[in-house]
Amino acid sequence: MNMIREWDWSTVIDAFPLIFKAMWITLGMTIACYAFALVFGLVWTFIRRVRIKPLQRLISFIMEFIRTTPPLVQLYFIYYAWPLVPYVGVTLDPITTSILGLGIHFSTYISEIYRSGIESVDKGQWEAATALNFSTRQKWTKIILPQAIPPTIPMLGNYLIIMFKEIPLTAAVGVGGMLLTAQKYGAKFYEYMEPLTLVALFFLLLSYPSSILVQKLEQKMNRRFDKKPGGSNNGKEVTAS
Amino acid sequence: MAISGYLDILSVLSRGLYYTISILIVSAIIGYIIAFVAGFGRISRFSFIRRFTMIYVEFFRGTSLIVQLFWFYYVLPLPNFWAGTLAIGLNYGAYMSEIVRGSILAVPKGQTEASIALNMSNWQRMRLVILPQALRMMLPEFGNYLIQMVKATSLVSLIGLTDITYQAMVYRASNIPQSIEVFVILLIVYFLIALPLIALTRWLERMSSKGVARE
Repeated sequence: MNMIREWDWSTVIDAFPLIFKAMWITLGMTIACYAFALVFGLVWTFIRRVRIKPLQRLISFIMEFIRTTPPLVQLYFIYYAWPLVPYVGVTLDPITTSILGLGIHFSTYISEIYRSGIESVDKGQWEAATALNFSTRQKWTKIILPQAIPPTIPMLGNYLIIMFKEIPLTAAVGVGGMLLTAQKYGAKFYEYMEPLTLVALFFLLLSYPSSILVQKLEQKMNRRFDKKPGGSNNGKEVTAS
Repeated sequence: MAISGYLDILSVLSRGLYYTISILIVSAIIGYIIAFVAGFGRISRFSFIRRFTMIYVEFFRGTSLIVQLFWFYYVLPLPNFWAGTLAIGLNYGAYMSEIVRGSILAVPKGQTEASIALNMSNWQRMRLVILPQALRMMLPEFGNYLIQMVKATSLVSLIGLTDITYQAMVYRASNIPQSIEVFVILLIVYFLIALPLIALTRWLERMSSKGVARE
């Protein structure tokens, strides 16, 4: 085992532009995976509302399975095994793999948030909407969703930050975000300390202010709605590695 | 594929099981210890301890687990077993310290007042009155984080620890046509490891709400 070398500023100056450039890839991947998770979360939520018991049970099981198995292995599965699946298998590039993999993994969490939002809407609101002869579509767009969505925004924000911190996982299938850039730089010059520390600092600088923002938002929402939606985790973050 | 093929894969994975389980146990122990140390640190009456633990917690929650793992492995550099367990332990310890802190603060104030009125020392108050009630709130959350930690152990394959994910990747590299089976079995093995922990968490949830007045 070798000792820690001394901190070298010239390496920092050398590696900074590379990592800064890779930061945009990491951010872009965050947005792409998150958008996919938001949409796919909706899909879960709606399938689970179909009133067929075996289907509901099957969907719950699949979601639980996705949630409790490592996203890293899910990425490997999509990247290495999916092309071999008969009929539907296609080879996917690292970026698509990551968007699908992390997107689907996180959609199972996002779906729970949607559900808690919908369940937090008072039952009387449904009844009132029915009494007022609203169509199903009107019920959702005019009564339920406007009340269900706002309280969930802080939690959704939390998951955006969590997603951001999971993006380095995509380096395992070769997406050139900050971590992979630092790793490559390290392997090339055998200087791991400065680039990896830079990556850590970038993560801290981007996620810490955002988490404070989300906390503020949560306090504001709690004041406004004076009740918390069902599964509120009170600003506690969970991770998903 | 013949049954023997599946058995082959299972026997290869079982070689990695030792590392997956030991990483899980060691990092969980580190994580829970850190959670209590940092959780109590956050509510310490000394401001420098509060500030110091807050910096620790924010630092480990703010930077990604996988970045921390690589940092411990490449920069310090620690042997991969300790890089893995320390990164997972310190990271989850930081998250769980918030649970410890939150649960202790969630014990109604009247309990503290009552124990002061009964002339209990600080230590007695914490040990006999506050902590037993706070633990009840913490345990289900601790269970949830344990399930998260099972998933996190797969990351150690990236720093060369021969856990089940690593073994699966090695096997796949020489048996490309069996890729689907390898990863499906690997996912099922992770699920089976998590299954008793899910049951444990549900049980803890039930136990912790037993005999407690609902407000």
